[in-house]
Amino acid sequence: MSAYADPINPPVDLLTIEDLRKSFPVNRSPIDWMRRRPARAVRALNGISLQVRKGETLGVVGESGCGKSTLARCIVRLYAADTGKVTFAGLDVLGLTGSNLRAYHRRVQMVFQDPFNSLNPRMSVGATLREAILVHKLRPKHAVDARVAELLDLVGLPRDAAGRLPHEFSGGQRQRVAIARCLALEPECLVADELVSALDVSVQAQIINLLLQLQEQLHLTVIFVAHDLRLVRHISHRVAVMYLGSVVELADTEDIFQQPQHPYTQALIAAAPTLDPTRKSVVEAVHGELPSPLDLPTGCPFHPRCPFTMDRCRTEKPQLKLRADNHFTACHLIDD
Amino acid sequence: MNGSNVATPTSKPAPVLSVQELRTVFHTPRGVLPAVDGVDFDLYPGEVLGLVGESGSGKSVTLRSLVRLIRAPGVVTGSVRWQDREIMHMSEDDLREVRGAEISMIFQEPISALNPVLTVGEQIKETLREHTNLNARELDDHAVQLLDLVGIPSARQRLQSFPHQFSGGMRQRVMIAIALASNPKLLLADEPTTALDVTIQDQILKLILRLKEQLGMSVILVTHDLGVVAQTCDRVAVMYAGRIVEMAPVVDLFQQPRHAYTLGLLNSVPGSGANRQPLLPIPGSPPDLTALPPGCPFAPRCSYATDACRTDRPSLVAIGAHRLSACIHHDQLALPREVKS
Repeated sequence: MSAYADPINPPVDLLTIEDLRKSFPVNRSPIDWMRRRPARAVRALNGISLQVRKGETLGVVGESGCGKSTLARCIVRLYAADTGKVTFAGLDVLGLTGSNLRAYHRRVQMVFQDPFNSLNPRMSVGATLREAILVHKLRPKHAVDARVAELLDLVGLPRDAAGRLPHEFSGGQRQRVAIARCLALEPECLVADELVSALDVSVQAQIINLLLQLQEQLHLTVIFVAHDLRLVRHISHRVAVMYLGSVVELADTEDIFQQPQHPYTQALIAAAPTLDPTRKSVVEAVHGELPSPLDLPTGCPFHPRCPFTMDRCRTEKPQLKLRADNHFTACHLIDD
Repeated sequence: MNGSNVATPTSKPAPVLSVQELRTVFHTPRGVLPAVDGVDFDLYPGEVLGLVGESGSGKSVTLRSLVRLIRAPGVVTGSVRWQDREIMHMSEDDLREVRGAEISMIFQEPISALNPVLTVGEQIKETLREHTNLNARELDDHAVQLLDLVGIPSARQRLQSFPHQFSGGMRQRVMIAIALASNPKLLLADEPTTALDVTIQDQILKLILRLKEQLGMSVILVTHDLGVVAQTCDRVAVMYAGRIVEMAPVVDLFQQPRHAYTLGLLNSVPGSGANRQPLLPIPGSPPDLTALPPGCPFAPRCSYATDACRTDRPSLVAIGAHRLSACIHHDQLALPREVKS
């Protein structure tokens, strides 16, 4: 299948995350003060541990509020994690400062959902790309324009795009510009947060193809954060399923989709509408709603909605353990 | 155009809603924008009709035009017959009797459709008061019943809550409760689950289908999500650049699309079993409605396009007992295909 599955070249971990935690304090209102309510915090990440292998696409899925975007932002150091450890090719990422941090930012780049907000509206595409190249001194001045043209070719934009402003492009083309901006830095790892969610279906496919082709060409490692299961299944080698700030299951893509072990993963897959109208279901995949991340349930985060809850689930948080070949699940049901 | 008549078998009941030559244009500084450009369809009792298309295809504007929810500079023309009455010629007063009573609507963003300073109970009772003659006690009871019906736990206490105290999914349930308060015969749903998570989307869609059965409504569902269409609709109208380009029962549409655009849409969605293979996208991007090409608006992006496609805009014609297509090459697409899951 892919390079990392090669028996001669066993998988190498490029990025390792250990017990990563992040919470966002909530401002106390005057009433909270008067009533002496304790300060509260949104607990977005509650001990995430996973490895990203060199050359793979790791899909991260989950519903809103599960912490998948926070995880992406902690990895690229847009947010400062509270505790935990992130290692990238031997570097302690959370401890990087100054020029080391800048070098890390070059190697790990992020693409955002909405290229309207992530591109400077007053800078032409060419200027945006040139700036990135010059700041990191990746090319001598006289070679920059040639590099810009090369980047535009790479993402399938016409050469004259360099002189235009972001608003002159359609959504799909703008996302190509955003990708070119990332590639300008010749990164090793791309963190894509809902890369195609804002695009129409027909244009989504164009960008997905571009991503697949670039990954092949440039040997990129990709962390693909998305809520669309069908897309994640299509492009990921492995998938991590998140729920309320925890990874509940992590496995090879087809394993997770064909033999999901965690009840939440099963519900998520069952709830995603299939494209086959002859297979309609009438029962709800899962009852209830996501609890508030301000007030997390004790024990397993999924236990209030889980159809198989046992006493143990209410008190003890299950650990993400290896259950089968490459298949990690955090669930007491399959603990023995 | 009489395409819709041709497609209707004689055994079918009379349509509850019949739309003909519906046209909605917006006069903008950039020129005349034909958002809906001649839409015809019939809706039958108890049916869920899907209007599917990409952004700018005119699906939401069509839905709003049906009950004349279009403000200036928009102008709606054409005919919308609702149970033998012409909505387009109704007075505002008569229209109020229909809107919110016989025809209800739910929107994508319940937070902006609900009044933030009124309790949920008050908003439900407002609709009930308008359309029934219940006394205060009965109003309360009926409101509780409605919240129960849409699956809101401890309904009586929740009457006192404000919209911001509900989650997104619960807010959409409240919207549905308000829409159902007048016992409508037709529910217009504009992307009702697009802002929701997939497990909540699943709950809401199943709720709509269950209520449709219980209350004997018809539903028109506007969505861009082909999965939602496959799972909820009986019949589908695919829209592109302001017109319906294909109309068919849902199974036929997914098994054998007969318009190049429908085929393109289905091909561009990843199916299972072809992981990491290139997808088949539709090249280019949707057209600018103020500068549509002559001929078929999809022709510039279409791999089947010939010179004939570029001269005359093909009309929606019957190509089978229950099917309509506006593609002159629909025969070339007629190969059965594997349905993705």
